[in-house]
Amino acid sequence: MTALLISGGRVIDPTRGTDGPADVLVDEGRIVAVGHNIPLGPGVARLDASGRVVAPGLVDLHVHFREPGQEHLETIASGATAAAAGGFTAVCAMPNTDPVVDNQAAVGFVVRQAIRAGKARVYPIGCISLGQKGQQLAEFGEMVAAGAVAVSDDTRPVVSSQLMRTALEYAQTFGIPVTDHCEDPSLAQGGVMHEGLVATRLGLKGIPAAAEEVVVARNIVLARLTGGHLHVCHVSTAGAVELIRRAKDLGVRVTAEATPHHLALTDLACEGYQTSAKVRPPLRSAEDRAAIVAGLVDGTIDCIATDHSPQHYDAKEREFDEAAAGVVGLETALPVALAELVKPGHLSLLGLIDRMSTAPARLYGLSGGSLAVGAPADIVIFDPNAAWRPQASDLHSKSANSPFLGREFVGRVDQTLVGGRVVFDRSVKNIDG
Amino acid sequence: MTPTPLGKDLLGLEELSADQIRLVLDTAEAFKEVSERPIKKVPALRGKTIVNLFFEASTRTRISFEFAEKRLSADTVNVATQGSSVAKGETLVDTARNLEAMRIDMVVIRHPASGAAKFLGERIRSNVINAGDGKHEHPTQGLLDLLTLRDRFGRIEGLKVAICGDVLHSRVARSNIWGLTKLGAEVAVCGPASLLPTGLDRLGVRVIRRIDEALQWADAVNILRLQLERMEGGFVPSLREYNRIFGVTRERLARAGREVVVMHPGPMNRGVEIDSDVADGPASVILPQVTNGVAVRMAVLYLLAGGSPDWATHPAEDR
Repeated sequence: MTALLISGGRVIDPTRGTDGPADVLVDEGRIVAVGHNIPLGPGVARLDASGRVVAPGLVDLHVHFREPGQEHLETIASGATAAAAGGFTAVCAMPNTDPVVDNQAAVGFVVRQAIRAGKARVYPIGCISLGQKGQQLAEFGEMVAAGAVAVSDDTRPVVSSQLMRTALEYAQTFGIPVTDHCEDPSLAQGGVMHEGLVATRLGLKGIPAAAEEVVVARNIVLARLTGGHLHVCHVSTAGAVELIRRAKDLGVRVTAEATPHHLALTDLACEGYQTSAKVRPPLRSAEDRAAIVAGLVDGTIDCIATDHSPQHYDAKEREFDEAAAGVVGLETALPVALAELVKPGHLSLLGLIDRMSTAPARLYGLSGGSLAVGAPADIVIFDPNAAWRPQASDLHSKSANSPFLGREFVGRVDQTLVGGRVVFDRSVKNIDG
Repeated sequence: MTPTPLGKDLLGLEELSADQIRLVLDTAEAFKEVSERPIKKVPALRGKTIVNLFFEASTRTRISFEFAEKRLSADTVNVATQGSSVAKGETLVDTARNLEAMRIDMVVIRHPASGAAKFLGERIRSNVINAGDGKHEHPTQGLLDLLTLRDRFGRIEGLKVAICGDVLHSRVARSNIWGLTKLGAEVAVCGPASLLPTGLDRLGVRVIRRIDEALQWADAVNILRLQLERMEGGFVPSLREYNRIFGVTRERLARAGREVVVMHPGPMNRGVEIDSDVADGPASVILPQVTNGVAVRMAVLYLLAGGSPDWATHPAEDR
């Protein structure tokens, strides 16, 4: 592998709190120097990053790659390619595939498929319960040994408080977080969007904010009881943000993520029965959206995670009640976050890179999140001023179920490096591993 | 397709202006006379083909539409979903495309999913009339309720109308709220809080907790059907208690101290939300509602087919 000098860019590194012009020298898959006017040595290739931002590669704690089982929607390879195109160097794949990832063999399969794809790093998340049935604990230890970095029954909330308690206790042996899709199934039953005036007008059954909040509250109580690390998936309500804020004040080991779509959209996006805006948890009120932004700013919500959920267009071309829930997010996350958080001045660019790279890498103990000398060369280079309108044909994902298509955004990824290797380059049609 | 005074489709009363609603009511007023003739037929929709696509059981609405279509001389086909391609798993979008391929002019659709009529209307060139979509709207029911109130009171503006019962699951309630508020009536809802949707206050709707208060306040009440599934869903404990606490009875009506006009979209659960002597009593306009249903649907079909709004002013000659 040839050495690479990324020169003249605006280099942002949240681990050192730095944001300014610098060169970054990469060799043998690692960062070997960061500084001014690093000379171009013999055999070193140059990547001119002038006018662009050079930052640690983005890290996403929550994606759904549909392999095994629904490879027509996404494979690990297509998902990892979409991740690289969105500037992500590491993603965590949820285990709700078919079959589910609830044993070491399945975890190993995800790891191997990701290595074969050679794009973004893909870290498996194992199930909390066997078959995601909510009854018997899966083998955390063997799954971790095979490469799992967390456990979750995502999309299926953990109903049994006893199971959640046990999971939070047992996971501590392996130092992994337990992450839950917090939703009370009885309160959410039959619901297809946020419970509020829009749902009332459209005649659609709502999911009250309380469906999320009662489970967040329960999980916090159990995290406090057990001392386990609770990670709250896709926080969507103001009440949940407040519960997490108070829990952190009390010293409970709770962390949380929010999605770009919950940052950018409200239940108004469902007007006209727009199935592109059907997600779980649902897009909520303007007050909830503001609380998510405030939570990301003050650190109550630690990071942004996309909940990238590929769906076929047939499944979206349905009555709203019948349509599949979910949006793809990997390739629009950065521009959406720039528009919602940096442009209005809620976060600095440094702050945003922290929420999209450094913080999530730290939460799950993943590679990346830093440009320090010696760190793996997982790097994103993006043009913060490039205006574009994402189209379905721009996406590398196999699915294009995004509510952001056709909207104008500023900020576009040009190159992504994983372990010093360029895995995405906008100026090159295809990069083979 | 030339734009009609109502647009391409009739999906709900939320989308209509007060003037458009008044136009339908005035046109319906003129069409009432057709149903009183010995030969109940005018050639207004001769040569038009209409499909009545009913994904849910319906007697009154389906027959009312069918009479309206036949009295306007349209050619109609009824499709019930049982035994049809839908029962074989066809999606709504495929059903729509196949209908379109047969070059039809209009579709009347009843569907259990909110938004189904809009979904269809966005995908075919034919006019689409919503005959009830999920819990969303039932615009022709809303219009016939307005016409019935206008017949009885001579006006809508300033009327106080209470919609009583299961508002949460009711498309009739939503169409009534839009139609009544747009024409200047005051609207209240009354029922157990477990059957009232959130956010109604922001639509300018008053919430009344007790049926006696609603009857005191209202000039007219529209009593909604309580479906048996609501017990299973745990929204109310029993039919018996519902009747005792929320049922409209003769005694309660008498306590109001003045006449309160009684409406019901049917089918009624006698002895649950409404007692028989109220349904059959002097204040009831439940059968005039049904009669007006045909005239309102004739008006909607006629206007969406591009018929001249002048029918309302020159009803005498057949067009």
